[in-house]
Amino acid sequence: MSAAPPGLNEVLQRTFSFPKRHFLSVTDLNEVEVTNLLDLADGFVALNRQTSKKLDLLKGRTLMNLFFENSTRTQSSFELAGKRLGADVVNMSPRSSSIAKGETLIDTAVTLNAMQPDLLVVRHASSGAASLLSQKVSCSVVNAGDGQHEHPTQALLDALSMRRAFGRIAGLKVAICGDILHSRVARSNISLLQMLGAEVRLVGPPTLMPSQASRWNVAIHHDMRQGVAGADVVMMLRLQLERMDGVMAPSQREYFRFYGLDREKLAHASPEVRVMHPGPMNRGVEIDSEVADDLAVSLIQDQVEMGVAARMAVLTSLAARLENER
Amino acid sequence: MSRPLAFVNVRLLDPVSGYDGPGAVIVADGVIAEVVKGADPGALSPDVEVIDGAGALLLPGLVDIRVKTGEPGSETKETLKSAALAAAAGGVTTMVVQPDTNPVIDDPSVVDFILRRTRDIGLVKVYPAGAATKGCQGERMAEIGLMAEAGCVYITDADRPIVNSKVLQRVMAYAKAFDVLVAHRPADPWLSAGAAATSGEFASRMGLPSVPPVAETIMLERDLALAELTGARLLVDQVTTAGALEALKRGRAKGLPAVATTSINHLSFNEIDIGDYRTFCKLDPPLRSEDDRQAVIEAVASGLIPIVVSGHAPAPPEDKRLPYDEAAPGAVGLETLLPALLAFHHEGRIPLMTLLRTVTCAPADLLGLPQGRLAKGAPADLVLCNLNTPIVIDADKLTSKSKNSPFDGRRLQGKVLMTVADGRVIYRA
Repeated sequence: MSAAPPGLNEVLQRTFSFPKRHFLSVTDLNEVEVTNLLDLADGFVALNRQTSKKLDLLKGRTLMNLFFENSTRTQSSFELAGKRLGADVVNMSPRSSSIAKGETLIDTAVTLNAMQPDLLVVRHASSGAASLLSQKVSCSVVNAGDGQHEHPTQALLDALSMRRAFGRIAGLKVAICGDILHSRVARSNISLLQMLGAEVRLVGPPTLMPSQASRWNVAIHHDMRQGVAGADVVMMLRLQLERMDGVMAPSQREYFRFYGLDREKLAHASPEVRVMHPGPMNRGVEIDSEVADDLAVSLIQDQVEMGVAARMAVLTSLAARLENER
Repeated sequence: MSRPLAFVNVRLLDPVSGYDGPGAVIVADGVIAEVVKGADPGALSPDVEVIDGAGALLLPGLVDIRVKTGEPGSETKETLKSAALAAAAGGVTTMVVQPDTNPVIDDPSVVDFILRRTRDIGLVKVYPAGAATKGCQGERMAEIGLMAEAGCVYITDADRPIVNSKVLQRVMAYAKAFDVLVAHRPADPWLSAGAAATSGEFASRMGLPSVPPVAETIMLERDLALAELTGARLLVDQVTTAGALEALKRGRAKGLPAVATTSINHLSFNEIDIGDYRTFCKLDPPLRSEDDRQAVIEAVASGLIPIVVSGHAPAPPEDKRLPYDEAAPGAVGLETLLPALLAFHHEGRIPLMTLLRTVTCAPADLLGLPQGRLAKGAPADLVLCNLNTPIVIDADKLTSKSKNSPFDGRRLQGKVLMTVADGRVIYRA
């Protein structure tokens, strides 16, 4: 990373030949591609901090946001990323349209595909939905979260936040804490962080740990103090509160007592520890406000900023490939 | 009646006598008139139509005791006729259809409907399994005695386990009085709820809702205990895990009248075949680990599992072209059963005669049917097939109305050349 913020031309020099048509899963990527994407995203961070943010890298392109699950945060992040790159952005909310009338995912995709979008950003409650969709459309598909499977742009923005905070990812000790079982964020992060040489640990009660997660080459901890001991990064995951009412954990207060992140538990981590959370947070359930709002340790606001830049990097790379194709 | 047939110059495989060698079979009036062992068929009467097998195998027609069609109720998936045509193409001459249709086969008039339709279609033999409980709801007993009288060959709630142990106890005790076989799916309903895959590293990585394999063992142990208590004959509807096989072995060692099946899919595939969310591999029970698959293959080889079923469950594209957890489970299998089974012979894993028994005399004997053997007086249900011909399964070319085959693209060996039911040729390749 250079000390002075890079200008547009310098950023453009960082674009590279991205060989994939779609952006579906971290497991489709290799270390070189990830590093290139992070370098490119780093450049967009600098550009996004300027007064004039508008670029024309995606001029004439149409980006469709197709969110079957509500997500203000991710959807607006993609929307901003698309707009800053000069694309036309359309937000579809299938909840209120034909999907509710029994149209299948594939029929919806085929219909939208006929409108000739260039980039389709999809979030769906079922694992594998983005992959299924990508097989039926002619545009590029970006997975913005599929069920409990993957959320690859989240992992990319998390890696970007970490790399900017620590200057590296290799060798970092990262404790991912909470509801690993249902978390696509955790799955994408585990793959990406391991690819970049970080040491990953999973922390949570056994009821929220995926079966045979130990085969992922991670250490598994049910005691949070042990789990975060010496960690450089503590990554908290969002909990669904209805799961905390005797279903996956006995109660919210019991969960917070043993697995909520507070100052006391955080004291077991490295003195330089940074705390992350993909948002939105349940304050007082998985994370104490005192920790979340402490700008000396919290990277949570950075993550949101990095989200736009990371997504700009992904969209630019996919569009560059489309350029060669059409 | 049609002309008598003589199959000459064939390699006979009779699973009952264990005869494997050259011979001839003469068919008249819908039954096997004579089985000649040895190369010379002797003098044949001039009005006999001679079929020269050119060294191909002649087997009894296959008996597949777990088949679903869509009739009545979901004829877009499969009708009794389209299933019968698929069966004929696959060398299956007897099939037992499951009761979870619409309406459910839970009263004798629906049993009668299936039997009448079968007569009208006039291809393969179709026997209905009756529901164990009304509507397969697991609450109130169906008319077990009347359905047995009308011609159902066993009772089952198909894919649905009977959750309430008291209900199953009563069903078993009542069925015992009529000597009716009770089939039950061993699957703990709470552990299985919402599951699309088997718990393990693969399902965890793919983010699929999953069921631990012990769900099968837990329910099987209960079913065996109830069978012991009531003395009912139990058909364990598909054992697919190593753990359940241990339980089955213990039950069998105690002398319990429990007979288990497994499906050709669970013999042929493991969970990794799901790959990038291939919904054709979404099955119920879900595909298991490779260790489980190997244990099931061993159990078929050793005879602990004496019966293999196709588990034929047609599902049209609108039910399969969906995200994995929303897609319907099930696979068609009538046409691929025989070549898929022969793979274990070609791999040297299971002797040919053992494989053949699992789809002929073993299921026939369990249900008290005379077919499934090459014996004088037995129904002339026969398959002429080439053991070694390489084939590539193309799902789109299957006869079945639905094309949801996990074998799509798979290379197998063994081709059905001709299928005969009740002495009539019903399929010719």
